[in-house]
Amino acid sequence: MPGLDPKRAKVITAGVDIGSVGSKAVIMLDGNLYAYAVMRTGGESAATALKVTNWALEGTGLTINDLHYTVGTGYGRVNVPFAKKTITEIACHARGAHYIYGPTVRTVLDIGGQDCKAIRCDEKGKVVSFLMNDKCAAGTGRGLEVFADLIAVPIQDLGTTSLQVDQEPPPVSNTCVVFAKAESLALLRQGWPKEKVAAAYHLAMVDRIVDLLNRVGIEKDFVVTGGVSKNPGIVKRLEKALGLKPLTPKLDPILAGAIGAGLFAKALYEKEKGLR
Amino acid sequence: MITAGVDIGAKYVKVVVLKDKQPISKVRGTVGFDVAKSALDAFEQALKGAGITRGDVERVFATGMGRKAVHLKPPINADEAVPEVVADAAGVIHVVPTARTVIDVGAEEGRGVKVDPTGKVKDFVINERCAAGAGTFVEAMARALEVPLEQMGPLSLKSQRTIPMNAQCTIFAESEVVSLIHAKVSKEDIARAIHDAMAGRIGSMVRRIGIEKDVVLVGGVGNNVGFVASLKRELGVDIIVPEGPEYISALGAALIASSKA
Repeated sequence: MPGLDPKRAKVITAGVDIGSVGSKAVIMLDGNLYAYAVMRTGGESAATALKVTNWALEGTGLTINDLHYTVGTGYGRVNVPFAKKTITEIACHARGAHYIYGPTVRTVLDIGGQDCKAIRCDEKGKVVSFLMNDKCAAGTGRGLEVFADLIAVPIQDLGTTSLQVDQEPPPVSNTCVVFAKAESLALLRQGWPKEKVAAAYHLAMVDRIVDLLNRVGIEKDFVVTGGVSKNPGIVKRLEKALGLKPLTPKLDPILAGAIGAGLFAKALYEKEKGLR
Repeated sequence: MITAGVDIGAKYVKVVVLKDKQPISKVRGTVGFDVAKSALDAFEQALKGAGITRGDVERVFATGMGRKAVHLKPPINADEAVPEVVADAAGVIHVVPTARTVIDVGAEEGRGVKVDPTGKVKDFVINERCAAGAGTFVEAMARALEVPLEQMGPLSLKSQRTIPMNAQCTIFAESEVVSLIHAKVSKEDIARAIHDAMAGRIGSMVRRIGIEKDVVLVGGVGNNVGFVASLKRELGVDIIVPEGPEYISALGAALIASSKA
């Protein structure tokens, strides 16, 4: 990031977000994003945490020992052994969303690898209420992965593929990926092209997400974070279903959790040192 | 009088032919992409097995999720379509007159049905939304464990301990099974955990309508001895599994057909 110099930074913090599918680490200088890394979560989350943080530090001239404070976050029992504190991913996502999208954010939709969260926050990025599904693959990145495998399309192209239809088909089951997959197999055998099948699944997923959002209530401005925010097939259909355009991010929204953690780290460090 | 019951499920079609309320033929076939054809194949096989023709059958009643494929549609031309819970109740009361709670677990659906002594449905609860509460779950886990489906039950009975499964979802459970294998947990312990998890979900569902003895388990998953053992533990009551549990719904449809004069 231009204009930032670690040698002149007063507070150097790290935020480490270990997700069920992707792990993210950010290095922040005085609350500004300086460096980051994203990798697939390995079998051992403590090792992944170290790996992704060191990767983010590469080329910065800093080492782990130069970090003033690290906050860990993520899925389930997060294991970031070098973090001084662990903060819930809900709080980190809301805070990070404010950094990425600006202070007008009031509703954050985070669609991750294995869960889906709808978060309401205030003008400071503090969580007001939230709803989460982390029990069911439908409405998560995992569901999309299953579909990508089914129609043999790389996951990063799945969304674009789903938009290559002239007309939206009827959706498949929105309550269960296993059933939706079985339905889709039958449709493929009936001669549906893979673009149409992809569209049917994206519609089903958006159906489900809109349900979740309506239950928590939607207030402008609305934003999407998490890996699935990069799937245009989901985002465009969401826009249509809600009649609301989500804000455009100024950096990769997959970093929201880690950035939020990095910002909390700065606040905690300053409090500790009596700098606040 | 000869009647027939055709139960078109998510995975299998079951046909039961009755003569004066006694079964004279039973066939189970797979449901392919042409549902009507799959039903017809099984139906014709059942007629052949009983040595009769379609004309000999006075009434055919259909049940199961695919019943519309044959209701009032040639060539089977089923006279009536019966909801699954009604067919379940009728079939179970006939073979287990003391039944008061029926649990039907098929390939894609799970049901709990409260019945009165005449076989009338008093209350019911259905799961048709989640694969983890039905036979598909065991099938998916069997693939993850690399164990043939029919061996899952006997394998799980060899386990001496309980391991909790955290995943509630078939898709997530597949990954959990893989992690358990990597953690060197034995296949029999994993198989038991799988059945315990499913029994937990189905138990929760059925408790919503209340458990009253006698409790009877039907549907294809009733053939899984591991699941039966887990369900007994979960509900804390004895579970009766009639012979040929997958046919009970078709039997029920055929019985209802014979009682409609």
